[in-house]
Amino acid sequence: MTAVTAVALHTLQEALRRRVFLVVLVLTVAFLGLFWLGVDRAFDEALRFADGSELLEIEVAVGATLLGLAMFATLFLGTVLAIFLTLGAVRGDAERGTLQPLVVRPIGRSTFLLARFLGAAAVCTLYVVGVFTAAAGIVRTAGGWWPDEFFAPTLELAAAVVLLCALSLLGSVFLSTTANGIAVFMLFGAGLTGGLLGQIGEAMNSETLIDVGRRTAYALPFEALYQDGLHRLTSETFGAAAFVVRLGPFGGAEAAGGGLFAWIVVYVGLVALAAGTAFARRDL
Amino acid sequence: MALALAAHGVEKRYGAVEALRGVSLEVAAGELVGLLGPNGAGKSTLVKIACGLVHPSAGRVEVCGAPAGSPRARRALGYLAELFRFPGWMTADEVLTLHQRLAGKGADAGTRKELLERVGLAEARTRPVEEMSKGMQQRLGIAQALVGSPRLLLLDEPTSALDPAGRRDVRGLLDDLRRAGIGVLLNSHLLTEVELVCDRVVILSRGDVVAAGRPDELSRPRGVEVDVDGGTRAYPAATRDEVPAIVRDLVAAGEDVYGVRVLATSLEEVYLEAAGGEDA
Repeated sequence: MTAVTAVALHTLQEALRRRVFLVVLVLTVAFLGLFWLGVDRAFDEALRFADGSELLEIEVAVGATLLGLAMFATLFLGTVLAIFLTLGAVRGDAERGTLQPLVVRPIGRSTFLLARFLGAAAVCTLYVVGVFTAAAGIVRTAGGWWPDEFFAPTLELAAAVVLLCALSLLGSVFLSTTANGIAVFMLFGAGLTGGLLGQIGEAMNSETLIDVGRRTAYALPFEALYQDGLHRLTSETFGAAAFVVRLGPFGGAEAAGGGLFAWIVVYVGLVALAAGTAFARRDL
Repeated sequence: MALALAAHGVEKRYGAVEALRGVSLEVAAGELVGLLGPNGAGKSTLVKIACGLVHPSAGRVEVCGAPAGSPRARRALGYLAELFRFPGWMTADEVLTLHQRLAGKGADAGTRKELLERVGLAEARTRPVEEMSKGMQQRLGIAQALVGSPRLLLLDEPTSALDPAGRRDVRGLLDDLRRAGIGVLLNSHLLTEVELVCDRVVILSRGDVVAAGRPDELSRPRGVEVDVDGGTRAYPAATRDEVPAIVRDLVAAGEDVYGVRVLATSLEEVYLEAAGGEDA
């Protein structure tokens, strides 16, 4: 087993055995339970008022709206997990005295950081994929609706959370545990707000707000990944159902261009470079 | 003798604060060197520079011939930090397994068992760290430092949480390591401990080496005391060589001699003098 695998495995074990994972697990089970109840009720209520000709469109509108909301909830829960797994990875662990015994071993600091990232990213990816799949399964079981695309949005959702993992790791090099947690949550909020302003800009045809949304998408691309995933859930839905769907959480769902994906690759590289360089220079 | 650790003119500045001002010291293979000094003298900074945890502002440090912080240097050393902590959810065996993997030595269960036996934790192999006493955690820290068969051990206050029996065990362990040719730099506040086990002592004060040498070299003669019928007679200027003549004269004068003590300054006195008196 290489040192990278050892540290990544250590991060995985830490995630599973610390109390924080139990808290996330309880929250997730509670969310999925309530979501199931809500989806079941929503389909019952909506279908009660539909006659035969509208049935299909009602199913699409309710199913897509609820899964869109579940997508946001999954992004939020995944972000909480990502932050808790990485917020104290460098400065916090160094202040607690758990980092020094590990980094004096013949594993480079950059390799150590990469391994921590891989471990946290693996946990978050499994979590996000699991929760979103469960949510989609609930919508399918309760209402018989399945999104137009499933794999790409799921992966984009996971990638958005992994991106937040990378930002949180970068923050952990500079900030104390609490400060980093607050900073990453604020970045998460800023990303969502930027996306929301972009949506409002689209609705009001305001170039300024659209520009704010676009710039935020480049500065914090997890929001753009989420928007693209959301868009893909109903990418092949047209007609009256599509109109209703756009009134819900899909109102401003934007398809990302190929340029954004290329930028995300560069972005992750820049975050890794900044984190690696700062960690290498840091006195522990 | 090959050098396990060589520091040449090491300086470290934290902004306006000079933590180290050109410190040089050497630890040979199989030598046990005690690093003493008051709080803030720069002891832990020096040890951290040797580990590669802190970057020096000037000077150089080599571990077994390799620059401090390089992979070759890291492979050659074992380190126990002053303020260390292992994750509470890990068992003693898991802590050692992780360090074996990081040291690139493979997770050999036999070696782990041997290490835990060596520090008296054989029975606590599967006990989570959060259920261990502070002393047990310190023993585990020492076992962790020994993972990977290091040629240089950097121990920062390794016995601070141990009871007297634990300290005696560690002294025995340090003796074994010395016999095995491992160089040890022992940073401690426990002067008796250092006096008992160390071959040489280096005293730091305000980032400078203010005294260095064998404990017996550092101490100064403080005269001779002789127990006779009427009490104790002091000869403050006398040396060890003069003891036979003093005893001869007393016996010739009809005194019964019950005991003779050759006095020398203790390491504590040497330390207080070198490190600047009571503040140390």
